[in-house]
Amino acid sequence: MSRVLPHPGLTLLLAAVWCALVGSLSANSVLFGVMLGVVIPAVVRPFWPETLVVRSFPRAAGYALLVLWDIAVSNVVVARIVLFLPRSALRPAWVTVPLDLTNAEAITVLAGTITMTPGTVTADVSADGRALLIHCLHAPDPDSVRDDIKSRYEARLKEFME
Amino acid sequence: MTTQLLVNIALGFAAVCYAIALLLNAWRILRPRDVPDRVLALDTLTVNAIALIVLAGIWTGRLVVFEVAILFAMTGFIGTVAYSRFLLRGDIIE
Amino acid sequence: MMALVDMVVAALLVVSGFFGLVGSIGLVKLPDTMTRLHAPTKATTLGVGGVLLASMLAYGFRGQPWGHELLISVFLLITAPVSALFIAKSVIHRSLSPRDLPPTGRPAGWATFERDAESGAAQPTGALQQRE
Repeated sequence: MSRVLPHPGLTLLLAAVWCALVGSLSANSVLFGVMLGVVIPAVVRPFWPETLVVRSFPRAAGYALLVLWDIAVSNVVVARIVLFLPRSALRPAWVTVPLDLTNAEAITVLAGTITMTPGTVTADVSADGRALLIHCLHAPDPDSVRDDIKSRYEARLKEFME
Repeated sequence: MTTQLLVNIALGFAAVCYAIALLLNAWRILRPRDVPDRVLALDTLTVNAIALIVLAGIWTGRLVVFEVAILFAMTGFIGTVAYSRFLLRGDIIE
Repeated sequence: MMALVDMVVAALLVVSGFFGLVGSIGLVKLPDTMTRLHAPTKATTLGVGGVLLASMLAYGFRGQPWGHELLISVFLLITAPVSALFIAKSVIHRSLSPRDLPPTGRPAGWATFERDAESGAAQPTGALQQRE
């Protein structure tokens, strides 16, 4: 099983993407999609030796909904800062977030989440991969930003990944 | 019938917004603070252009327009990454 | 039913047009590249996402294909943080020094600077590959 299909999730995803690209669910396109889904993971296998483990799919879906909601909220926050806050009152700040996560995929998801949510952008990672550098657009209190990220996103990610 | 008109007015409003946004991006590309600033403006311009293309797709109802938008999304992302990588390493493919 | 869908579509279009414009205003108005990075990555992505969602609703409820829009929005949602990270790294590389940033709280430094120190600015890339 694992020799033929190193990433079963990726196979399904590739088949679904192919069907969406073609714009039909006919037997023809589904079959070709599954073929691509078998061939491509086998070809790119040397670049991606580990398998991504998601322990609980309902939790992952809940996380995705939380992030989508936060993206919408973060846009209102950023729009208010951009339109109404005078430049002199803007307080940009750099924040270091130490990581409890060790799995590379989980850290990638966390970094992406931070970039898409209120007023924070992931700018760099420490060379040993145990801390993230965050830039805040407007943070009068940088410590609360760090605690917020750790409790709101990292704790939830820890529950269903790695 | 009236709600169709409503959609058309909303389409026009969004198109005007994105047209102004594209002009602002173009201004930032011409007058950047430094090179990463220009890359950022170019990336934003691509994303706004995708929005405008999709608006055209809703307006005309032609499916081929969305394929153009997909190509824009892919080349825009790869262009941004390649440009940033060039700034970081002085080389794109190692 | 169609009337309700059309009203939702119109509302989505207006909101996303507004956010797209705000993203670009932020790009022009904010003081430096790191703060400017915030407006386009968030506002512009939501703006495009809204337009694509509107298109999905408008066509999906009329029984026409809407897979392309879904693909574009997922693609943009995944790539926006990656582009932002790359631009942030090139800003750090070009115009900031380790003294401008907070400490990592770890023995190792930030990856962009470690990479600089390891490879050196003027080193040919062939040497870099052998070391990895």
